[in-house]
Amino acid sequence: MTAWLVRRLVASIAIVFAVVTLTFFLMALAPGEPLLGPDERQVDPEVRAELRRQFGLGEHPVVRYFKYLRQLARGNLGESFSLHRPVADALADAIPQTLLLAGTALLLDFLLGLALGVYQALRVHRMPDIVLGNATLFLYSVPTFWLALILLLVFGEWLRWFPVGGVGDPVLCPSVSSLYCAADRLWHLALPALTLGLVGAAGTARFQRAAMLEVAGHDYIRTARAKGASERRVVLRHQLRNALLSFITLFGLAFPFLLTGAVLIETIFAWPGMGRLATNAILHRDFPLVNAAALLASTLVVTGNLIADLLLATADPRLRVRDTA
Amino acid sequence: MTVRTWIALLGALVLAAWAARALRHRAARSAAGRRFFRHPTAAWGIRVLAFFIVVAIAAPLVAPFGWVDQPDIVRLQNQPPSWTFLLGTDVYSRDLWSRIVFGTRISLIVGALGMLVAITLGTVVGAVAGYYRRWVDTVLMRGVDVGLALPRIFVLLMAVALWDGLPLGLIVLLIGATSWFGTSRLVRAEVLSVRERDFVSAARALGAGPARVIFRHVLPNAAAPIIVSAALGIGNVLLLEAALSFLGIGVPPPVPSWGNMIADGAPYLATAPWTTLFPGLAIALVVMALNAVGDALRDAFDPREEAT
Repeated sequence: MTAWLVRRLVASIAIVFAVVTLTFFLMALAPGEPLLGPDERQVDPEVRAELRRQFGLGEHPVVRYFKYLRQLARGNLGESFSLHRPVADALADAIPQTLLLAGTALLLDFLLGLALGVYQALRVHRMPDIVLGNATLFLYSVPTFWLALILLLVFGEWLRWFPVGGVGDPVLCPSVSSLYCAADRLWHLALPALTLGLVGAAGTARFQRAAMLEVAGHDYIRTARAKGASERRVVLRHQLRNALLSFITLFGLAFPFLLTGAVLIETIFAWPGMGRLATNAILHRDFPLVNAAALLASTLVVTGNLIADLLLATADPRLRVRDTA
Repeated sequence: MTVRTWIALLGALVLAAWAARALRHRAARSAAGRRFFRHPTAAWGIRVLAFFIVVAIAAPLVAPFGWVDQPDIVRLQNQPPSWTFLLGTDVYSRDLWSRIVFGTRISLIVGALGMLVAITLGTVVGAVAGYYRRWVDTVLMRGVDVGLALPRIFVLLMAVALWDGLPLGLIVLLIGATSWFGTSRLVRAEVLSVRERDFVSAARALGAGPARVIFRHVLPNAAAPIIVSAALGIGNVLLLEAALSFLGIGVPPPVPSWGNMIADGAPYLATAPWTTLFPGLAIALVVMALNAVGDALRDAFDPREEAT
């Protein structure tokens, strides 16, 4: 187990390193002018030269790459070109916002998705299963950003139940200082979290329904029934517990989504999180910020996989002795 | 809408229904085909896909206007749906229905080509890794790990935003080139199990080279997951293209794709919601149909009956 863990950790670090390297050179070799936004390409050549010198862009990409790695090893992520502030500060502002949004969405995704999937499996091929099956198929097939726009139109524009964007009221509640402001935050959170949560829940429900039905065909379910276990016990103790094993993998895959999945939703709802930060960084050719975002995203992906494997090994006794690498 | 376009639309519906029926009759000859159509939504999926394919081919007949026609940019912008403009007009007074019809061509071609690139890459890499094993496998699969560790939308954003004004063909190629990682893992797993079977050893004993063994003996027996992931892959590419176009870096205007139509409509969400609503519904319909067909294919290839 320890040997397996060490090997997996080394592989994970190698993957993150490869991603950072790839991103660095993809950005460095791209044509066009960094340091300038999409609308400010007409800049005095002298100013441009001065800027390039200041940010050390005159050197060869390979030299810059090694300098970047040295700074990275010291924990220094560099200075953002477009925001004119340390990358670490920009990330520190954006990460909590994304964690809040994606965390709420994931919670909704898993709770609703699991419940629907299990319920459908119990009513399989009957009315509730068919209706829910079509509903989840629709939500699973819809472009997320389109659903966001439609929900925005219905609940923000027509019914005026929820605000159309932002994290909170900037005038009355610049920070979470009272109960009213906390409620205001939640109120702003509702629509974007609902959009992401619904689309995710549709996928989770479809997956969970299939997993439940797959398990239902196994001999041990028949054995459980034959020995006289109640239907409730068969479903909860035998069927659901085994179907949850494949759910763990799904959880691992959803993990990176916590910081990156919400690119378009954050743009539509003016939510100042990681997705929007990274998108703007790319559009502005803000190399240090893009590299940091890639570092963060890939770290999350490999961590998610690692956690899922560990959970799976803990939960499934069959995987404990065997060495899976 | 003119009488001619109504007749063409009706014709398209009839033709699609007929094609779906014909396919069903053919499918009834094999056990797998019957299993496919036993899936509750498979028949509808086929009908919807057939309809959109017919519409894409017969676009000039079904669309009353051209895709850049601006009948009257002052008086006819953002008109709600009416008999003249079936689904309303956009901000440039272009007929939304006509643009959706022509957009079908773009969206379906992008989806199909992107999927083709992804499936080809995924199959070749997966088959080579699974067949040769050892260091080839290790190198390729670690590469796949790296590919999966980078969010796809970021890679595409980087590539497309940095290299301004890429032609559409290259964007499709890029979408395909970033969508094959999952498929290659599936194919590799399948190849690993097929290559141990006796007929593969027999083929090798008869002197067949690696390429022949892989393409003639191993892959045909590992086709099921490849076909299923192809069906599901088109939908994924369509959604990805829509997202890219929405960010303004996909299919360049004025060529209509369903994604950039939503992007065009979004600023007028409150005053002209139909410009956003209908292109999105078109995407949802096609992707739903593809997912339904993909699910049914999976059932059809899996001879084990469903439990209940």
